[in-house]
Amino acid sequence: MKYILMMTGADSKCEPIHTWPQKDIKAHIQFMMTLNRELSGSGELVSAEGLAGPDQARLVRAGKDGAPITDGVFPEAKEFLAGYWIVDVDSPERAYRIAAKASAAPGPNGVPMNMGIEVRQIMSGPPPEFL
Amino acid sequence: MHPPHDPPFEHLLRELAPQVLGAVIRRFRDFSAAEDAVQEAFIAAAAQWPRDGVPDNPRGWLIQVASRRMTDHLRSEAARRRRESAVAVDEITPDIDASTAAEQDDTLTLLFMCCHPSLSSSSAIALTLRAVGGLTTAEIAHAFMVPESTMAQRISRAKQTVKSSGIRFSVSTAAEQVERLRAVLHILYLMFNEGYTTTAGLALQRSDLSSEAIRLTRLLHRLTPDSGEVAGLLALMLLTDARRTARTGPNGELIPLNQQDRALWDQHNIAEGVALVTGALSKGSIGAYQLQAAIAAVHDEAPRAEDTDWPQILALYGLLQRMADNPMVTLNRAIAFAMVQGPAAGLELLDALEKDGRLAGHYRLDAVRAHLLELAGDFPNAIASYQKAAGGTASLPERNYLINQAARLREK
Repeated sequence: MKYILMMTGADSKCEPIHTWPQKDIKAHIQFMMTLNRELSGSGELVSAEGLAGPDQARLVRAGKDGAPITDGVFPEAKEFLAGYWIVDVDSPERAYRIAAKASAAPGPNGVPMNMGIEVRQIMSGPPPEFL
Repeated sequence: MHPPHDPPFEHLLRELAPQVLGAVIRRFRDFSAAEDAVQEAFIAAAAQWPRDGVPDNPRGWLIQVASRRMTDHLRSEAARRRRESAVAVDEITPDIDASTAAEQDDTLTLLFMCCHPSLSSSSAIALTLRAVGGLTTAEIAHAFMVPESTMAQRISRAKQTVKSSGIRFSVSTAAEQVERLRAVLHILYLMFNEGYTTTAGLALQRSDLSSEAIRLTRLLHRLTPDSGEVAGLLALMLLTDARRTARTGPNGELIPLNQQDRALWDQHNIAEGVALVTGALSKGSIGAYQLQAAIAAVHDEAPRAEDTDWPQILALYGLLQRMADNPMVTLNRAIAFAMVQGPAAGLELLDALEKDGRLAGHYRLDAVRAHLLELAGDFPNAIASYQKAAGGTASLPERNYLINQAARLREK
């Protein structure tokens, strides 16, 4: 079963990463790289991506002629998706354990951030036939 | 490995895969390394055979090439560890004329290893597809819709688990054999079901897990012709798969059994499945797979949905329920009960199931309740149950089916 683990920025109590001391930034990145290597090594990683910052986000709608109408930047947005993992695991509990691990990524002074990770199951194809 | 695009040739390689691997493991006693060596031999065959022609003894050729790779591997291992085992390795010469009986044992033993209970089911399925099914890692990754590197790691870890748990490559005792056979059947059953759930409408023949599960179960049936359980599982797969094309519409939408175009059902598969399950049951071999196959056969033999012999299906579910106390079986029995005794009687069984607790909150319970409430004419509650079920399923086509059912009733 596949799950998406969504890391939402701005939810944790700490300052944005670009304001951290360099050693803390490095430790954080190192932690994420190690986590991805572990998930790949255990045969569970489907994909992991970090997203560009919310300052670059655009809200797009189709106009009358179907052409895109883009809407501004949303610096006031309280929650935004910072990155995600898609994992293929044997149980929901395993997905929760991975999420908890990611949640504890080190923040400033190496203190675990304990950020909220939203875990959602990815829908599958048709179920087995029920007679 | 990229096998040649010639189907008969590919077929030959896939048929030989478990025999060659079995023979190499028997000789070298290292499952993990032997598996790698055999994959390399297959790559060599795929490169050479189209150019030079298929050798007179393709099986012997593959065993010889794989054994050479094994010898090289062991030599370099030995050199690395500065041991003297290379001398012993030199003395091992492949015996390419192993008897057919040994071949069959090898394939069966391989299945036992790949489906060992110490492996998670997803690992066991992947390992079985590669070691016994002869599929490449890329093909297995494609079937599961995960990256190839992820699947390679999963298979590699599964092989390590087999190695470290010390599973012997030898024929086990009769009692052990029965137990291990049961584990193999369970994995093949899961592989078959996985074929439905992973393909998101894009049916690709080559890496189709359901077809592969049928092929491997057929192979197992040839090796164990006296096992009623194996015959039962093969029958169940054939009888279920017979309805495959009728089961979904052009946009992947689910079509329930009673609305399927029965002209699309595969009569050849149905005839074979019916013969298999009849044979098993007439020999007095009654197990869960045989009973499920018998239920599928009753459905498949009804020319129209309204001709379905529900009393017989109800009786079969009764037998199944007595064999194993499984709430899913009880749930299905409730449908049959409703078809025989009326929806109110079925709904009473559902209430009992709800109190039982094991299925509480499971969307299938809500989906069945919705169906029975609709039959009873209670549309408002049926709509609510369809919507509740839609919120609980992890299957996209099923979710779409359930919200459409609710919408249909709202517009009545």
